[in-house]
Order: sequence, then structure tokens, then C-alpha cells
Amino acid sequence: MAEGLIAALFVFVLATLAGAEVINKVPPTLHTPLMSGSNAISGIAVIGAILVAGERQWNLTVILGLIAVILATINVVGGFLVTDRMLQMFKKKEVKA
Amino acid sequence: MSEFIPTGIELSYLVATALFFLGLKDLGSPATARKGNVVAAVGMLIAIVATLLHQGVLNYEMILLGIVIGSVLGAIAAYKVEMTAMPQMVGLLNGLGGGASTLVAIAEFWRLLHSSETVSLDSSITMILSILIGGITLTGSLIAFAKLQELMSGSPITFPLQQPVNALLVISFLVGSGYLLVSPKDPMTFLILTGISLVLGVLFVLPIGGADMPVVISLLNSFSGLAASAAGFVLMNNMLIIAGALVGASGIILTQIMCKGMNRSLASVLFGAFGGSSKVSGGSARTGSADKSVRSIDPEEGAMMLGYARSVVIVPGYGMAVAQAQHAVRELADQLEKLGVDVKYAIHPVAGRMPGHMNVLLAEANVPYPQLHDMDDINPQFEQTDVALVIGANDVVNPAARHDTASPIYGMPILEVDRAKHAIVIKRGMSTGFAGVDNELFYKDKTTMLFGSAKDIVGKLVSEVKQL
Repeated sequence: MAEGLIAALFVFVLATLAGAEVINKVPPTLHTPLMSGSNAISGIAVIGAILVAGERQWNLTVILGLIAVILATINVVGGFLVTDRMLQMFKKKEVKA
Repeated sequence: MSEFIPTGIELSYLVATALFFLGLKDLGSPATARKGNVVAAVGMLIAIVATLLHQGVLNYEMILLGIVIGSVLGAIAAYKVEMTAMPQMVGLLNGLGGGASTLVAIAEFWRLLHSSETVSLDSSITMILSILIGGITLTGSLIAFAKLQELMSGSPITFPLQQPVNALLVISFLVGSGYLLVSPKDPMTFLILTGISLVLGVLFVLPIGGADMPVVISLLNSFSGLAASAAGFVLMNNMLIIAGALVGASGIILTQIMCKGMNRSLASVLFGAFGGSSKVSGGSARTGSADKSVRSIDPEEGAMMLGYARSVVIVPGYGMAVAQAQHAVRELADQLEKLGVDVKYAIHPVAGRMPGHMNVLLAEANVPYPQLHDMDDINPQFEQTDVALVIGANDVVNPAARHDTASPIYGMPILEVDRAKHAIVIKRGMSTGFAGVDNELFYKDKTTMLFGSAKDIVGKLVSEVKQL
């Protein structure tokens, strides 16, 4: 089990470093869309929620999991759509300019 | 077959991860940003569908129902929200993500509690971390939301013995964690730890407010990612760990940019609670203010100054967002351009309540992107500017930040509006900005004030300029 934890830590650290590299140097105009877009990605918790809500019987784990599914889906759908709405406004204006 | 599906799920996760990276990369450049968002959304869809195929997932009806409910609520929120309300929207979404991650950890604890499995040290540690980060993200975001939505005072809220109380809570959390590591199946301890995390989130955001909000929002954004990562450690799921780490990294980068924009360290934002409290030594400027006078003009006079200028720089701030004046501002700029005035916008990195707040509002009002200028870009140009029009901005244009070492905002980079030939400041009243410091700019000879709501005043300026 400890080996699994170490492997997971490797994944975590490398993903953080790679993420920092990918996102660096974003122009101020895109700060809000970047934030809301990455925020939508943090709704990835939805797959954890699905996994714990998967059992076919009612118990506290499943109920908590289902609530988590709803919360995380709001996060995912709301986040991606609102980001798209913002970026659409940027687009419109670039064509004009 | 039984081998095929788990492998297929892992491979789908790999594809989804790649799409997240590519999507975030595209989000960093104006030309590709919209595509990047779609790419990331496709990655999310793949990850969700793959997870539904997991052999342990049998409860389809309820899960799909949950997804439908969440999607509908999310879509309604995304289309209804006003662009001016974007900071609280992002704040709320952060909280929901953090809440979901916490619930996953609690649910997993509950499952282990009622199973015959022994709980390993690893899973105890990861569960504790998960409820800590997730709990702080949840309640911290809710407080940030309440502050931005003005359900509660937006200024820093402090109370006596705040630091000792925080310290006590942290120590209790550590002791409780130690106990849970020894006896991992103790639900009471787990509940107490969850409760402490939630309280810590509240106490963490309460003393922060006003102009520090962009830092808090981006930090909570980072936390929401770390919370998902922590939930990934609990479930030993690489997809969650990687996606969460990505969000954590992007949030930290934005937090750093915001702190730099205010020339403050993260620690001073989190523990400083400046402004609002009277201990701040804003005295040097304030005591002198009684004998200083401001010059107030009416919109007609303001319109003359603007209309006959060659160049105007508009400096928007939070006041423009509150008054929803962005469309009126755009109209004013259009009218001025018709008269041959060169109009630019100067955007301070921390203007507003979240990173990039002003850019979003001006984009909504269709202001052409090339007219927006960053601080470093526009500051050298103020000396050749005839009129700087400050709309609802305060601390970010206070010249005291340059020279008054006693001022709490000393050292903060500012937009050098005072170097323009004239400055017109639109403001509701003579109240101080968030930092609680009087603004020297208002008392300068070349500064004139237009008192009133930004929307009204700009509207009047538009009709006056039309008559020129």
C-alpha cells in the first residue's frame, strides 16, 4: 500500500510541475476564463463521487456520494459553460477589432 | 472481457488527462482559448463516461439522475449569471468542487467503517488531508461568496483572540489526527476533524476582504484542485490526482500574479487583515485631510474636458462593476472617438474582485481588445495623456503608494494617473478605498471630482458629449 502512495505522490508532483509549466505566462485578459475553466476541471471530483455512489443499495456512503455527484456536476457544467460564455464575448469583439 | 474494461477505463483516463493539459494550454492564449475550453470539457466527458463503465458502479439510475440535476442547475447558473457577478459565481463553484471532494472522503470513511477491511495508515492520512483541504475550500468559498454577493459585510471581519483561536483549532486538529491514525475506525473523531476543517475555512476567509478578494478567490481555486487531488489519493485514482494537481498549479500561479499586483506577500494577505481595522497607520494622510479641499464639477464641465482632449485614458475599478456601468463607459468611449479623441483603457492587475475582472466586464460591453492596456504598458503614457478618467477605482491610483512610507499601501504598484495633465474621478462619495487610506490624488489641483453613481454620471457624460 505504501508503494501505491509513493507512486501517487510522484504522479501528483509531476502533474503539478507540468501544469505550472503549461499555464505560465497567461495574459491578464484570460485570467478569469483560465480560473473558471480550471475550476470546471476541479469538478473531476465527480468521478470519485460516482465511484463511491456506485453500490446498488441505500446506505450513508451512497447518499453522500450522490450528493457529491450533484455538487460536482454543477461545478463541471456551470464552470465549462460560463467559461465558454465569457470567451464568446472575447471572440465577438476580436472579429470587430 | 473482465480484463478489457478496467484497461479501457485507465486508457480513457489517460486520454482525458492529455485533453486537460492541451485544453489548459490553449486556454492561455486568446486565439485558442475557446477551443481549449471545449477540449477540456470533452476530456471531462470521456472521464465521466469511462467511470460509469466501472464494474463497481451499478447504481446507474440514481447517478444519472444526480448528473442530470447537477447539469440543469449548472447550466441555469451559467446562463443567468451577470458578468458583474462573475467573482461570486467562481467562488461558489470552487466551494461546490471542494464540497464534493470532502463528501467523497467522508463517504469512503463510512464505507471502510462498515466493512471488515482494516484501514491502513495511508488511507487514514489521505482521508484526513482530504477533509481538511476540502472542508476549508467549502466553507471558505461560501464565506467568499457571501461577501461578494453582499450577504455579509465585504470588509475584513476580525474578533479578539482570533490568532489564539486559530492556533487552538489547528492544534486540536493535529491531536485528533494523531488519535485517528491510532484508532482509524472512530467515527466521533472523524466527525470532529471534519467540523474543525469547516470552521477553519470560515475563520480563514472572514478576516480577508475588499481588494484582497482576487487573492482569496484564486487561492480557493487552487484549493479546490488540491481537494480533488486529495480525494484522488483516498481512492488511489490517478485521474483525480492529476486533474486536481493541474488546477492546484493554475490557482497558485494566479495567486502569485495577484500578490505581485499588490506588492504583498501571500502571508500578509492571509494574516494581515489590513483595512477596516483602526490599527492601520493611515493617519498621516487622514489627519491632514481636513484642511485639504477637493474640486467638484458637474457632468457638463466634465464632458467639455473629455470632448476637447486629444487623448483620454479610462481607469475602471470595482465601482464600475458595482454600478454595472461598463456599457455606459463603452458608449462614452464611442462618442469621444467620434470627436477624434484617442481612448484607451488602463487595467490594474488587481482592479475588481477577481483576476481579470475588468477585462471580462469590458469584453461584455464589446470594448475592442487592443484598447485595453496593462499597467506596465500604460504607465509611461500617462504624461502624454490629456485626461485620465477614473471610474470607481481608488487605492490602485493613490500616489501615496509611491512615496508615503507610512501608508499601508506603500510599495503597491499603481496606475500613475496623477502624471496625466488632468484627472477626473467619478466616485460615489469621499469615502476611502478598501485600504482605509485617504487618496492624495483627489486633492491635487489638476484633479476634479464627479460625485455620483458611476452609471448615472457616465450616462450624463454621454449625453453632454453628444451635444458638443
